[in-house]
Amino acid sequence: MWRVADVVSTQTETATARTLGLRIHGLMSSVAGQHVDIRLTAADGYTAVRSYSIGRSGSGDMIEVTVDELPDGEVSPYLVENVQVGDQLEVRGPVGGWFVWREENPRPVQLIAGGSGVVPLMAMIRAHEESASTSAFHLLYSVRSPETMIYRDELAERAASSSKLAVEYVYTRAVPEGWDRSPKRLDETTLLEHILPASDAPDVFVCGQTIFVETVADWLVAAGYETSTIRTERYGGTGGTS
Amino acid sequence: MNDDILARPDNPIPHLDGNVAAGVLMELFGTDISSALGRCENCAAVRVLADTVVYVDAPGLVIRCRSCSAVLMRVVECPDRYWVDLSGLSNLQIEKPAPTG
Amino acid sequence: MGLISSGFGGRRRDDNPALPPGQYETDGFPVLTAGPAPDIETDQWEFFIATETGQRHRWSWDEFMALPQDDVTTDIHCVTSWSKFGTSWRGVSLDTLFDEVETAFEFTMAHSYGGYTTNVPLEDLLGGKAWLAWEFDGEPLERAHGGPARLLVPHLYFWKSAKWVRGLQMLSDDEPGFWESNGYHMYGDPWREERYS
Repeated sequence: MWRVADVVSTQTETATARTLGLRIHGLMSSVAGQHVDIRLTAADGYTAVRSYSIGRSGSGDMIEVTVDELPDGEVSPYLVENVQVGDQLEVRGPVGGWFVWREENPRPVQLIAGGSGVVPLMAMIRAHEESASTSAFHLLYSVRSPETMIYRDELAERAASSSKLAVEYVYTRAVPEGWDRSPKRLDETTLLEHILPASDAPDVFVCGQTIFVETVADWLVAAGYETSTIRTERYGGTGGTS
Repeated sequence: MNDDILARPDNPIPHLDGNVAAGVLMELFGTDISSALGRCENCAAVRVLADTVVYVDAPGLVIRCRSCSAVLMRVVECPDRYWVDLSGLSNLQIEKPAPTG
Repeated sequence: MGLISSGFGGRRRDDNPALPPGQYETDGFPVLTAGPAPDIETDQWEFFIATETGQRHRWSWDEFMALPQDDVTTDIHCVTSWSKFGTSWRGVSLDTLFDEVETAFEFTMAHSYGGYTTNVPLEDLLGGKAWLAWEFDGEPLERAHGGPARLLVPHLYFWKSAKWVRGLQMLSDDEPGFWESNGYHMYGDPWREERYS
């Protein structure tokens, strides 16, 4: 089920994150929220496989993945530092049809991102903006600092110009100039203050590291959000060995 | 990366969820079954496979029930075959794709 | 073989003769686990050896600590291809634990808190080849790495060194444990690259 993908573009997002534009041979379309598995093979046959979220989906054979380099990663440093336009990669998918948003969904949507967990949620934002859907989209983005924020400019522009998207930020280590709050870890009160209320019955998507996702999900359930409306995707620090 | 809400050093949390297993499961089932409902043989909980507790940092993939931690599935990829143990799942409900045209 | 990624894997190349075939040296100590780390306090902990007669030898943590301890420096080899040289451990030799045990059976199944199992022939636990280890690198063994105590059988792939071990059951025949029953080799000699069944 592995297919070849051509790297058709690269774009630096932050000091550690880069977006790769991939044309996957034979792909018909992708859905916002899905991910792909990327397999690297060394000359001696050693292989490593990791999953990366699609940041931009759509019809056709093109996707974008945004990769955040892990300091002791096996695959992410190669994707962020070595891969060039014209290279080819082996890709499986897109897969992950549970953690997706589709245009036909009429519900308001609350997106909650921890760090690089923003990637699949950005795919949802972009798909939503380009569609005829008029549902309300809110993003709460918890991030260390303005410099580590992925899609910073685009999020600011979209939030400013779109009537159906609102973005709120929680800075946990360093805040932008002129920010009226000091840096602070995300806590239950801050979370609930910055998201659509449970009474709106939004569909909620939470993505980030496991502990971020599970802590946030617990707070949501305790605050009365229906578990059936909460979908989660966990990122790990070491990826996989498959 | 956002390690501002982190596991305590004495309590690492190395697990992910069923989303990460979607690719391997597609190899085995021929289709993306992350939205499929699975019933735990041990505790009878029925949940989507995307919502399972998955350990990827092991000699194989281990998928556990989020309600009771029992092993639902094990997958080992060998050079020439997959070993798959489904005995922890008493059933799966896999939706058919919507009819086309 | 898949499409080769030029430049990938370069830093892993190693022609070290101390490396078994197909292995790569690591500086870190990757945590591999099949399930949640059990949380066992030493005052709840117990280690057992159960024989074919129904006899069950038991050691509490204090009894375990009172036994002669070995300091062990050894290389370890994980089936997922990483090897780590010169790791240092402290623990009780299985020879010491088996000193009081009478058995005619030649195989064992190691059982861990949390349900993990792995099978090891008795002769691979004796003769100075295996320990019940509770200290790594001079510090009490971290929970993520199998603390309070794990089996240490460094001449076999490291999945045999059961984390959170709670006892050994003597067996008349070799029976497959958790990974051995799902694709992995019954014995697991890294030097003969016995990874899969």
